[in-house]
Amino acid sequence: MSNSLNLSYGKAIYEGIYQSMLNNPNVFIFGQGIDDYKGHYGTTLNLHKKFGKERAFDTPISEDSLTGIAIGSSLAGMRPIFVHQRMDFLMLCMNQLVNMASKICYLSNGIQNVPIVIRASIGRSWGQGAQHSQSLYSFFAHVPGLKVIAPTTPYDVKGGIIASINDNNPVIFVEHRMLYENKGLVPQKKYEISLSSARVTKKGSDLTLIGVSYTVVDCLRASEILKDKKIDVEVIDLICISNLDIKTIIKSAKKTKKIIIVDNDWLYCGLASEIATQVSEKLKFKIPIERMGYKFSPCPTTRNLEDNFYPSANVIAKKAYEMITNKKDWTPKKIINKEILEFKGPF
Amino acid sequence: MSKEKFNFVEAYYRYKKIRRTEERITEIYPTDKIKSPVHLSIGQESIAVGCSMASSKKDIIFSNYRGHAHFIAHGGDYKAFWSELYGKSNGLSSGKAGSMHLGDLNINFMFTSAIVASSIPNAVGYALAQKIKNLSNVVLCYHGDGAMDEGVFWESINFASLKQLPILFICENNEYAIYSHLKKRMYQANIIERVRSFGLKAKKIKNDTFTIFEETKKILKKIRMNSTPHFIEISTSRLKDHVGIKNSPNMKKNDSRLIEDKELLFLRSKVKDFKKIDKKIESEIDKAIRYAEKSKYPKQNEILSNVFSNL
Repeated sequence: MSNSLNLSYGKAIYEGIYQSMLNNPNVFIFGQGIDDYKGHYGTTLNLHKKFGKERAFDTPISEDSLTGIAIGSSLAGMRPIFVHQRMDFLMLCMNQLVNMASKICYLSNGIQNVPIVIRASIGRSWGQGAQHSQSLYSFFAHVPGLKVIAPTTPYDVKGGIIASINDNNPVIFVEHRMLYENKGLVPQKKYEISLSSARVTKKGSDLTLIGVSYTVVDCLRASEILKDKKIDVEVIDLICISNLDIKTIIKSAKKTKKIIIVDNDWLYCGLASEIATQVSEKLKFKIPIERMGYKFSPCPTTRNLEDNFYPSANVIAKKAYEMITNKKDWTPKKIINKEILEFKGPF
Repeated sequence: MSKEKFNFVEAYYRYKKIRRTEERITEIYPTDKIKSPVHLSIGQESIAVGCSMASSKKDIIFSNYRGHAHFIAHGGDYKAFWSELYGKSNGLSSGKAGSMHLGDLNINFMFTSAIVASSIPNAVGYALAQKIKNLSNVVLCYHGDGAMDEGVFWESINFASLKQLPILFICENNEYAIYSHLKKRMYQANIIERVRSFGLKAKKIKNDTFTIFEETKKILKKIRMNSTPHFIEISTSRLKDHVGIKNSPNMKKNDSRLIEDKELLFLRSKVKDFKKIDKKIESEIDKAIRYAEKSKYPKQNEILSNVFSNL
């Protein structure tokens, strides 16, 4: 790709925000610690120096009111970005997001709109435990009027943040702690991705793996392991949680006739269940669909249990092998998630 | 401004129009033509009238589910208001909002929320935008004493103070959250003192229309000049139930306020041709009700429109 740079996911987010702020004086950003020396994993680093403290500022720890303040400013024509260190903290914003942001357009019959972006990270890594690792994105996708997206690659995260800022609706922008250092080619120009399209990350014919955010990385690793067994899987990166790209999924399902959905979340009443239901409603024939996700417990802190809490690449590979061959005679080699092994916190 | 120069005709018109509107709703309500909860403003009119007459057309109004008085006082589209109550397609929001979510952007009246205190941070956010854009408009944020039970109220005034935002918080203290009295909800009902401790200028204002107008006018001028957040508290009485058309059980049955409204009588005494105004008001109400009754309900396909913005 010409005019592209090999950027990390974190740097790609920064680029998207920087270009948006440069381009539109109504875009501003705030959140706890966004102007500190770490700059929220580098994604907001020194924005306050470039754009002034009125457009990039630190805040009190008042998630509830600050969500409302973002909404109020958007009613006056601003395009705020509210940054959170963790998805878990969004539970403090639920009233404003669910009762206010998602309803204002409908209650005003389209006269008003709420162009806000709420950024937050799924915190999985190094003993983050029960309250710093949750995804909870299905809570938001359940509500009409909210958009929820969770890009995986540096390319999509830059195009995704720009598209979210330009969108005229509230967007929950889900990041993942373990993706910030992932690198990939990112165009230097300002561009948008669709907020209703999935991406076929790897083509294949034997089975479809559907991942979202970090589980896409696990799915790609599983597809590598499966090559040992001459199994060729397709991997779909969902990207958009609220406007599900069911067409891309159905197209793949018709080809492979087997699906595993690997969620970053609990399965009960969740995103994977939604996808499975829509596939079974839309396909004229029955195909096997499996769901994988978190164990149905709070996330344990100790590594020994934490590893078991998440669906790993080799567990995904084993499930895929069993669905394809109807045999249980293979234990795939254990893949180490390097970024998880190397990450030593503290946060 | 001296009391002599005050526009009593306008004050009486606004006050009486609110009162008569609420009374007409009370009359119509048993027919079930308004199929939705109403939170009536009877007894609280002076605040809406005084503040609205003190504000400028460019100011931004954040109200709440008890918003009829504010909406009428600030001059919201009256016919569309009635159509909205009736759930008709030419209502303010095609009937999707109803009494609890009134709004009219032509007068900068933001669509209201039915959840206590939820609009308060929105008002602060709007004021933040005025400051970032360097505009001189002031945000007026009406709320009750009940809103001050919510954490988000204190978070919001902290931020308004921290950023020195152009906003006036107007506390209509009717002492009750439904049937729960202030004393059952606050260890100390020292509202002004507590707000001051956050760095806002706060003042308790005597409840009569002229004083509210005069004091609010002065404060709005200060806010416009210095961009400082202010807070006023006005003691008032909600004569009707929290929701619905019955008299409030919080009032004693023989309370004189239920029999005659002294403020309304005072304003009337200042207006020569009050009968003419009364007639005008009744005619406006009749026309608006006829308009609402004749209008059509929204089409079925409207249910899915404007879930997301098409702007």
